Amino acid sequence: MENDKVITAHELTKKFGHFIAVDHISFDVHKGEIFGFLGANGAGKTTAMRMLCGLSLPSSGKASVAGFDVYKQNEQIKKNIGYMSQKFSLYEDLTIGENIDFYAGIYGLSNKQIKEKKNDLLNRLKISGQEKTLVRDLPLGWKQKLAFSIAIIHNPAIVFLDEPTGGVDPITRREFWSLIYEASAGGITAFVTTHYMDEAEYCNRVSVMVDGRIEALDTPANLMKNFSTDSMNGVFLQLARKALRSE
Amino acid sequence: MQSVIVENIIKNYRTKKETVEALKGISFSVDKGEIFGLIGPDGAGKTSIFRILTTLLLADSGAATVDGFDVVKDYKKIRNRVGYMPGRFSLYQDLSVQENLEFFAAIFNTTIRENYNLIKDIYQQIEPFKTRKAGQLSGGMKQKLALSCALIHKPSVLFLDEPTTGVDAVSRKEFWEMLHRLKMEGITILVSTPYMDEASLCDRVALMQKGVIMTINTPAGIISGFKKPIWAMRSSEMYRLMNAVKEDETVESCFPFGQYQHIVFKNPGNDEQRLQEIARKGNFTQVEIQSIRPNIEDCFMALMQQ
Amino acid sequence: MKQFFIFVKKECLHILRDPRTLFILIFMPIAQIVLYGFALTTEVKNSRIAIFDQSMDEATIQLTAEISSSKYFNLVKVVHSYEEIEATFKKGTIRMAIVFPRNFRFDLLHSNHAQIQLIADASDPNTANTLANYASSIINDYQEALNNNTELPYTIKTQFRMLYNPELKGAYNFVPGVMALVLMLVCAMMTSIAIVKEKEMGTMEVLLVSPLKPFMIIIAKTIPYLFVSFFNIASILLMSVYVLDVPITGNLGLLLLESILFTITSLSLGILISNSAQTQQVAMFTSMMSLFLPTLLFSGFLFPVENMPLPLQLLSNIVPAKWYYIIVKSVMIKGLGFRYVWKETLILMGMTIVLLTVSIRNFKIRLA
Repeated sequence: MENDKVITAHELTKKFGHFIAVDHISFDVHKGEIFGFLGANGAGKTTAMRMLCGLSLPSSGKASVAGFDVYKQNEQIKKNIGYMSQKFSLYEDLTIGENIDFYAGIYGLSNKQIKEKKNDLLNRLKISGQEKTLVRDLPLGWKQKLAFSIAIIHNPAIVFLDEPTGGVDPITRREFWSLIYEASAGGITAFVTTHYMDEAEYCNRVSVMVDGRIEALDTPANLMKNFSTDSMNGVFLQLARKALRSE
Repeated sequence: MQSVIVENIIKNYRTKKETVEALKGISFSVDKGEIFGLIGPDGAGKTSIFRILTTLLLADSGAATVDGFDVVKDYKKIRNRVGYMPGRFSLYQDLSVQENLEFFAAIFNTTIRENYNLIKDIYQQIEPFKTRKAGQLSGGMKQKLALSCALIHKPSVLFLDEPTTGVDAVSRKEFWEMLHRLKMEGITILVSTPYMDEASLCDRVALMQKGVIMTINTPAGIISGFKKPIWAMRSSEMYRLMNAVKEDETVESCFPFGQYQHIVFKNPGNDEQRLQEIARKGNFTQVEIQSIRPNIEDCFMALMQQ
Repeated sequence: MKQFFIFVKKECLHILRDPRTLFILIFMPIAQIVLYGFALTTEVKNSRIAIFDQSMDEATIQLTAEISSSKYFNLVKVVHSYEEIEATFKKGTIRMAIVFPRNFRFDLLHSNHAQIQLIADASDPNTANTLANYASSIINDYQEALNNNTELPYTIKTQFRMLYNPELKGAYNFVPGVMALVLMLVCAMMTSIAIVKEKEMGTMEVLLVSPLKPFMIIIAKTIPYLFVSFFNIASILLMSVYVLDVPITGNLGLLLLESILFTITSLSLGILISNSAQTQQVAMFTSMMSLFLPTLLFSGFLFPVENMPLPLQLLSNIVPAKWYYIIVKSVMIKGLGFRYVWKETLILMGMTIVLLTVSIRNFKIRLA
């Protein structure tokens, strides 16, 4: 099972001056896993994720993503990951089709591939024929589903999801998670950062960051058992209470 | 006595291309000293209701009163006596914590000292950072400052539009504790949230969706309205299990809930055997099946499908 | 009243917390004065010319000497054919050529009918015109000198006197223009952006729900920019007197009062823009397109309004900067008193009252 690791981090650290944003974190994420990356505001989630995405160089420690080293091969990393955030993902003033063309284009898909992928994606989301609709005119839930599908259009090894499902209704939200499950069943690893605990319960394994360190890492069920509580919220509250710093 | 009365409010937004029906005839009332929750996703119409009640927006039809005053005719009186915390924390990012609070106190013709008692608990938590600019505060601290600013003139009704969105779990918990202390002071609180789990913290809630209130009740009342038995099931392969359950014709709904699938049957009876059969047919491993009590989110989804 | 002062204090804090914008606000007028006053001058000096003298007699040599010794011209080449003239123009080394025909002096003295050809590079028509005028006037002088010896009746002598600006200095035009521009920019654009910013940040919602009166919000937001404008007026006037040598010949008090009036006009325009704009970008572009450009085009400081087609001339009347420009020119440059500018002042005042009423009336007490 050693070779199915798509993310490995060993003593990964990031310092800004005297401030240690990420403090010697170590973890592995397996192929097809849905990995939850939790923490309060300012716990160091974003900094850690930036290092893994190849956007920021670590101060020390080792990490590889999709088999590539975060120090030297960040260009290859970027080609093999997808990224989606609730805040920014799609261009509201472009149509669905134009957004797909753009993102597929920047990941270097050929015109033929783009066309196939586009048809496939529109069919799967049951929005074929709406290609010329402006993204701005879509309901929020559709935007999120579309954004996720576009984030994995180049079939990346890992997709990073930054608080993906804020503000949508519970049914749409489950449709969204179904897409993630489907991608995961197809071998794509999902790395989800969030501070919504109910989102955490959908993950296979969850890590909780407090003050730059990973304080707990296990399946949600085990975490709930160990902290003798019935929700991830309970787990999180017990851990985050220890936090000394905030943003 | 009723602090807020809303009667058949309709609000449409017209753009060049289309008309969006934001509120399709909303009615409810809130008792004095009650914590009333408007619960629903983005686009449910929560913000429109708040803006109409705080006199920022005119309804197309219908009537509403706050503290006995009409939201159209007596808007000046209402503006003197309500506290409002809009969706995005309305703070001046380039002013310090203290400068923000002083400013909001002054525009309501009061001082920090005059109503310090009311905000003491909340403000003390951010007082160590009082010279820091609001833009540099964490989400939780911004939220506390915005609440302090909304409370500084001792309002009789407090309108909080999604105060916990984007705030971490610890701050959310503390925030709700603060709201319960304010309730003790006799302040009526209208709060909106997209998080179903916060419903249980309100005295009564309205579940909203696309401009319509689906139901109004106490949290317990809403849960007891869910009549059918509900089952939780899990296995090692969640995605395959979900598809297998959904394919079964006797299943009414199957929704993933974290580690489990929540399942309801069309004609409840021998539900458990049926689920075991699905598990056996699909060769699922580590199967777990249990009967559970529904939560607010189960109820919300059931109402959405009606 | 306390509410009001707190609000003004808050506005000042906003401005002070953004030192970069403040820096621009304070140094922009100075930069503009320097730019317009020195770089964009319309004066023509030391223009390079060529002479093609086919006569080479006493008269042409005298005239050549007159022309090349004037400060406007600099003789760089003596050519010997028309082809050479054209070649020199094409190289771009000269702006004008002067051609004396054969037997120039003979024709002048005997047939009373001598000709000189001035060939100017009219790709820049204004300069070409100016140069031709300068040359003509030197030639006229020479002709007059000749005429003194031989009394000839029937000559009309034109005499120019450049009033108020005897040296034809561009700065006399630019200082009033820059004042109009800067006040327009600082007051209108900055207030509209400041008000729209509150809408964008969402703080306007809370202000509206508070007992603050809407017009108080508006006035308080404009006050700090009023002060910045005063500072700008002062810096422009100081720059113009001590750096550009443009004196204030009229009454300083009157000039300042008129400037305050125009500041208020601009502020009300800013409020008007902020009423309809929803984002800071829109506010900025609206200010640019509807205020900055018309001020530049129609106030008369870059392009003479009298030369424009009639519809544009009529349009220029609704640009407040035009009237302010006339007033400043009259008071500051010509040294005229209020008696000569009361009409313009009245127009400006009327505009201000209308704008202020409309903008405060239209200020939305609700969101939509």
